[in-house]
Amino acid sequence: MLLIDIDACIGCGLCEANCAFDAIHVVDGIAEVNENCTLCGGCVDVCEAGALKIEGREREEKDGLAAWSGIWVYAECRHGRVAPVTFELLGAGRRLADLKKVPLSAVLLTDQAGDIPALLISYGADQVYVVEDQALADFTDEAYGNALEDLARQYRPEVILAGATAIGRSFIPRVATSLKTGLTADCTQLDIQPEDGALLQTRPAFGGNIMATIACPNTRPQMATVRPLVMKALAADPARTGAVINCRIAPERLQSRVKVRNFVALEGDQVNLNEADIVVSGGRGLEGEKGFALIAELAHLLDGAVAASRAAVDSGWIPYPHQVGQTGKTVSPKVYIACGISGAIQHLVGMQSADTIIAINRDPHAPIFDVATYGVVGDVFEILPKLIEKIKQARTSSI
Amino acid sequence: MKIIVCVKQVPDAKDVRLDPKTNTLSREGVQSIINPYDRHALEEAVRLKEKHGGTVIVLTMGPPQAAEILRESVSCGADEAVLVSDRAFAGADTLATTYTLSQAIRKIGGADLILCGKQAIDGDTAQVGPGLAVRMDIPYVTCVRRIAQVNDKSFVVERLMDDGYDEVEVGLPALFTVVKEINEPRLPSLKGKMKAKKLAITTLTAAEIDADVAQLGLKGSPTWVVRVFAPQLKGERSMIAGTVQEQVDQLAEKLLEWC
Ligand SMILES: Cc1cc2nc3c(=O)[nH]c(=O)nc-3n(C[C@H](O)[C@H](O)[C@H](O)COP(=O)(O)OP(=O)(O)OC[C@H]3O[C@@H](n4cnc5c(N)ncnc54)[C@H](O)[C@@H]3O)c2cc1C
Ligand SMILES: Nc1ncnc2c1ncn2[C@@H]1O[C@H](COP(=O)(O)O)[C@@H](O)[C@H]1O
Repeated sequence: MLLIDIDACIGCGLCEANCAFDAIHVVDGIAEVNENCTLCGGCVDVCEAGALKIEGREREEKDGLAAWSGIWVYAECRHGRVAPVTFELLGAGRRLADLKKVPLSAVLLTDQAGDIPALLISYGADQVYVVEDQALADFTDEAYGNALEDLARQYRPEVILAGATAIGRSFIPRVATSLKTGLTADCTQLDIQPEDGALLQTRPAFGGNIMATIACPNTRPQMATVRPLVMKALAADPARTGAVINCRIAPERLQSRVKVRNFVALEGDQVNLNEADIVVSGGRGLEGEKGFALIAELAHLLDGAVAASRAAVDSGWIPYPHQVGQTGKTVSPKVYIACGISGAIQHLVGMQSADTIIAINRDPHAPIFDVATYGVVGDVFEILPKLIEKIKQARTSSI
Repeated sequence: MKIIVCVKQVPDAKDVRLDPKTNTLSREGVQSIINPYDRHALEEAVRLKEKHGGTVIVLTMGPPQAAEILRESVSCGADEAVLVSDRAFAGADTLATTYTLSQAIRKIGGADLILCGKQAIDGDTAQVGPGLAVRMDIPYVTCVRRIAQVNDKSFVVERLMDDGYDEVEVGLPALFTVVKEINEPRLPSLKGKMKAKKLAITTLTAAEIDADVAQLGLKGSPTWVVRVFAPQLKGERSMIAGTVQEQVDQLAEKLLEWC
């Protein structure tokens, strides 16, 4: 419950102005709360009179929180390849660690570490905890989750960051639940609160229509998954030095009740949609597989990935893993090129955080133009072939 | 086979907007719907029941009006419905939600299979499925795109990964979260609608699921929202005009600069 101290309330209305849910109003000089209240606490922080409090949310001075120290990054590695988001997290983690003057560590769970620890150090890690075990050859939530949980209990980091990838979003909740701590999903911004050094985790909610900043004041570690392509990696510095700490996890903790039998890779040389800087996306306006062949050609030229609206996926022109939007993937590339996509809200929520959005649509009133950095009113079947031609020409003449 | 499907009532995305002038969520005409992913979880449960026999129970934690989505689920093939509802649940984050759901599932005698949507479209966390499985101490598979084989005591399923998909085997009891690709949900049937109308929904309170109040709602939630605000619109917007060739030339120039 939101408690209002009517003696302290001065009726200034700051709470009303800052409530995102239209849940608090000043009536006759005193704040009053209604049933819209979600207990988000936004008003408590702005109240200069200190008249507002959320019951059950008093900050507890818990012993032992101080025993947790250091920033950890889960170094995602699958089939021998380090996921690029790992380097981005090391960049973000480096900044947090420097602000807090604590070490930055990477945690590598793998069947074959090879040169990866050195690579992680070159991207900013001060130390790398390595668990190398045959049981980690395939990703399983139980083995990976138990290993990270056991390491966290032993070494007590104050922060654990992981990529908001298929793997991160699958097993990190396991770790957080086992450690009975908070986890913030799919963050796009991380800061340190100057007063107490707490991690402030900002993320889109309601499909990006609102942003929420979340903290985890009473439990440790503070855990977050972070959206790929949002944080900046540092340039690799092979001269950097760091410690590699080999760890052993009890064999029974590396057992999994889920067994991986087979892996089927994405067809062809396709770029992973979540990791692509450039995404070329098509909708119903492409009219069929032929239209998607154009998209694929442009994507290939630009080293980008191919995406689609739900309408295109439902029509069977391209498989579901390419779908962007509310019931598909959320992407944050540098450039998103939307071709023949109307821009329904369910599509926009999956791509509106791209740095630059280019929209090609023949309907000047299509809502996609409301979010487009550059809009082109025109026919995709006229524009795309010419654009492909033009880029090819420019490429050959510049060689 | 006893299957429990966890469903959540969420505001329809197209209605939720932060008014940039007043910085408030416009609530006017906001429709509540079944979380879209949960429809696919329900459909998969009903198909499993139709093929292999068993019962499908839909479960939700939410305010009394969440009963609406339970009725809708029954009209689409679920057999029973359970609503866990108590003021003590207010303000729950995913850790408190999984505690509450796990206590409720224990109360109704557990399940062979628990199905969840991949994520709820309001919070977008995708954490409740995995967290619930941990609370129940059962194995789980996220982002299931196909149930390939149903054996006596085990399943072979395909889980969607960023670089393709994995085929995995898991014994029961287990929990899966599902993606949209897994099936095409059916519409309510007339018979289902009749059944839903007459349905008695079991309602459970905090006391009835033997909950430890310290783990519920706000108290049981380690994460706190400190601020809610409108996203900032990025940069400028402009239209590229001219003849087709002029448009293409300008576009190509920009693309070549970036790529
Ligand atoms: C619960 C739910 C979840 C959903 N989830 C998603 C999701 O995850 N992702 C998603 O994308 N959608 C999703 N949708 C669907 C969404 O509401 C839209 O229906 C869908 O995005 C429309 O796709 P589209 O823009 O390709 O097609 P349309 O809306 O049909 O738009 C096609 C556009 O192409 C233009 N066009 C046609 N021909 C040409 C041409 N020759 N040249 C140039 N332009 C042309 C037209 O002007 C039009 O604007 C969801 C809907 C629901 C209800
Ligand atoms: N309050 C709830 N009641 C029942 N099921 C829920 C609830 N919240 C989440 N779920 C289930 O967990 C899935 C993931 O939700 P989330 O972790 O909130 O993104 C949803 O698709 C539902 O199946």
